[in-house]
Amino acid sequence: MGTLLEVEGLRVRFHTTEGVVHAVNGISYSMQEGETVALVGESGCGKSVSMMSILRLIPCPPGEVAEGRALFGRRDLLQLEEAELERIRGGQIGMVFQDPMTSLNPVLTIGRQITETLRAHTSSDAASARTRALELLDMVGLPAAEDRLQDYPHQFSGGMRQRAMIAMALACSPKLLIADEPTTALDVTIQAQIVELALQLRERLGMAIIWITHDLGVVAGLADRVLVMYAGYLVEEAPVHELFARPWHPYTLSLLAALPRVDRPRSSRLKPIPGSPPNLLAEAHGCPFAPRCDFVMDRCRTENPPLVQIEAGRKLACWANVETGQPR
Amino acid sequence: MGRYILRRVLQAIPLLFIISVVIFALMMSAGDPLATMGGRRATRPSDRERLTRQLGLDKPLHVQYLYWLIGNDWDKLDLDGDGIPETAGRRLGVLRGDFGTSLVNRGRPALEVIWERLPNTLLLMVPAEIVIILGALLVGIYSALRQYSWLDHAMTTLSFIGYSMPIFFIALISMYIFAVLFKRWGLPYLPTIGMFDPTVGRSTLEVMRHMVLPVFSIATISLAGYSRYIRSTMLEVLSQDYIRTAKAKGLPRREVVLIHALKNASLPIVTVVGLDLPFLLAGALVTESIFAWPGMGRLFIDHLERTDLSVVMGILLLISLAVVTFQLLTDIAYAWLDPRIRFD
Amino acid sequence: MDTAAGLSLPRLEELEAPPLSLAQLFWRRFRRHNMALVGVVVLALLSLYAVFGSFLQTEAYANLTETGLRLQSPSAAHPFGTDTVGRDILARTIYGGQISLLIGLSAMLVELVIGVSVGALAGYYGKALDSLLMRITEAWLNIPALFLLLIMAKTFGGRIPDIQLLGRSFSGSVVVIILIIGLTSWMYLARIVRAEFLSLKEQDFVLAARATGTRNLAIILQHILPNSVAPIVVAATLSVGNAILTESYISFLGLGVQPPTATWGNMLQGAHGYIEQAPWLWIFPGTLILLTVLSINFIGDGLRDALDPRSRAV
Repeated sequence: MGTLLEVEGLRVRFHTTEGVVHAVNGISYSMQEGETVALVGESGCGKSVSMMSILRLIPCPPGEVAEGRALFGRRDLLQLEEAELERIRGGQIGMVFQDPMTSLNPVLTIGRQITETLRAHTSSDAASARTRALELLDMVGLPAAEDRLQDYPHQFSGGMRQRAMIAMALACSPKLLIADEPTTALDVTIQAQIVELALQLRERLGMAIIWITHDLGVVAGLADRVLVMYAGYLVEEAPVHELFARPWHPYTLSLLAALPRVDRPRSSRLKPIPGSPPNLLAEAHGCPFAPRCDFVMDRCRTENPPLVQIEAGRKLACWANVETGQPR
Repeated sequence: MGRYILRRVLQAIPLLFIISVVIFALMMSAGDPLATMGGRRATRPSDRERLTRQLGLDKPLHVQYLYWLIGNDWDKLDLDGDGIPETAGRRLGVLRGDFGTSLVNRGRPALEVIWERLPNTLLLMVPAEIVIILGALLVGIYSALRQYSWLDHAMTTLSFIGYSMPIFFIALISMYIFAVLFKRWGLPYLPTIGMFDPTVGRSTLEVMRHMVLPVFSIATISLAGYSRYIRSTMLEVLSQDYIRTAKAKGLPRREVVLIHALKNASLPIVTVVGLDLPFLLAGALVTESIFAWPGMGRLFIDHLERTDLSVVMGILLLISLAVVTFQLLTDIAYAWLDPRIRFD
Repeated sequence: MDTAAGLSLPRLEELEAPPLSLAQLFWRRFRRHNMALVGVVVLALLSLYAVFGSFLQTEAYANLTETGLRLQSPSAAHPFGTDTVGRDILARTIYGGQISLLIGLSAMLVELVIGVSVGALAGYYGKALDSLLMRITEAWLNIPALFLLLIMAKTFGGRIPDIQLLGRSFSGSVVVIILIIGLTSWMYLARIVRAEFLSLKEQDFVLAARATGTRNLAIILQHILPNSVAPIVVAATLSVGNAILTESYISFLGLGVQPPTATWGNMLQGAHGYIEQAPWLWIFPGTLILLTVLSINFIGDGLRDALDPRSRAV
């Protein structure tokens, strides 16, 4: 299993009329072939932006990738020629987006939206593309695929649309699938179906997955490894079981504590995280989580802790040791 | 979609009814039709009475409206004033194409007079519309793709200027440059009067040479306006999520813009183009006057100045009908193009 | 600070940038729109030209015909040249400007009154009244305006006698033109107002007003209307430019304001007959119309961005 994707020091900014928004602040991580990584954080923490900027899907202006490299198979995606990048997008890296209603083109048939990917990346002719499209729809669990090809997105339900999107993303058997909150816009029961589908497909196709979500429940069922983001920074990285059993970052702790738990008494209150996310217009002095942290120390307010490796496979950006309450 | 079409057609009927009432009211208040009915001389009192009864002007308004709309050949008029209707009317009514007879053209049916000039106006309007659509698409799409570039800013400013100008100003400027100045500088220049030069004869080439300036004048303003509209529509479409999905699939840029984006943008564009007809007609009217083009617009002005109501109202009726029909067709086209409506 | 429920709310400094008042927000956005500012300046200059120019030349002079001086090209004595009957064009553009601007503003007011009334009633009361008013609006929209205007101008143009006001004489056709332009352009405003009312009347503050027994007229005028001001202001501004253009069209065709009262439009009447000999006949008034309408369009665009940045129709 080799390294598939290596992100180094990615920094993304947005130039708005109110000022410069620092959306992603120097994150680095790597991914192996075939593994599933969950990227977790609350809305606005930069998780979607970081993934989309790797594929250069952020409009620039007003966006700007200020620094960083994104090595995919040893080629820096951020420096590639547009034509080269087009080959990788859809061909080697597939992406599924959050809202299937707005992410599908309303005036083109589902069939066309699948076959165009095939015709762009492979040498299929119309007939073989059609056959493959039918295969794909079958694979994602859409019944009566023959008729489905002629349908338009508005004729599908939410869950069906998301399955179609997955079919499109997997059409050319990519090595990496990026799923940007694919279940957030769906009903809980449909959510479960989609996650189940993802597990089956991974079994069958063996691709690597980056699953962006703010739902820890999904993380538990799906991921091998978890990356936690806050205010554009990567604050913790751990294998999934470790993260749930021994969370080390105060933010991770709070996230887990805020989850309603079936195994706790009903009368116990939910513990929300006090305060609100920081204003991304100002570049933070000190740790961005300091104002809301239960373990905050003086040092946290002036120095932003860097992400360091504490154990094999575990990284943390924090001055405190939450297990002992002392500085680390 | 069938239901949609039916609904639109049914909506058009009360619309046409209201329009006919408005036009009728206008006609009634437009002055005394009897003043010059008797030819060049003022009407004599005895003739006036007879004409009053003949034209049904002594009847109540709603009856007059009815006669105007569906004629009076199914009813009898009292021409000799004895209180007993005995003569059958001869009007067929507007719905059957009887717009009355032209005052200026000595009794020829108004519809005939209008119909004669109509093709000439179409000869200006249709090419103008083609120029507008193609030009605005080109400029609009290009500006949208090159947003923030200096070319985009330049085109936006030019567009503003373009639709802030009255048509006759554009016509005069183009006349001055391409006819007067070019001639002075010894360059090949364009003609400015009429449809063809009588000494040269009415060949296709001649007519086309004469068409250039008028068509250009009509097209400029709408082109300026629509290019901005297309630009902003394209920008809006290009910022949609499904465009991002198309890019994420690695589709070539040309396909993303021309198929994914344009197909969506074409929906509002079709609607707006359908609304263009009144402006095109107005443009034709002014342009025909300046360039002495023998079309329906010039006919309108000439006959209006001479209070030839049958022709004037006839033109107004026809173009209103054309606008309503065109809008209906546009709505149907829109419904057909948008799969969300077509496959309901 | 802690609330009773034990939650702690964020302190003010921790929130995003401090909120600005509506006026501040408006000015900030408008200021960024360079062309709108240019428009304001140009329009101000043109208005000054039209208004204060009358201290330099009298109207009598503007209307003074002197056939001996006809069609003279621009010179020191006549900076814009003279027209076909020897009148000084510069002076005529000054007085013509006054009339054209007056017509623009007045027609806008007429449209405002009719359009807002129709739109408000249709949007607020809905159902049958809405249907009826909308059919009428549509009918009015479907009759090509210029043709309708020309007929109305010809029919009613002469029916109002000359008006004496402030020691000056205006052709009665000015009032007619104002009225008929207003009568044929209110539909756009009506549609906008109706749309606003349709969406605003479902809001809670209207419900609350009704619940406290406020009468319908008060709700319309004091509650809903003030909240729909933004698109109305934009549309009204742009309609001034449209009215000026429309007047110029009618006057150019000879059916608008009658001489000797000058407007920029009627100064261009017949100018195409002298295209070779006397381009100054149409260049000056035409350019003035262009500059005026252009500034208004820029200002309208800036207002739209500043007041209602979400609505970007054109």
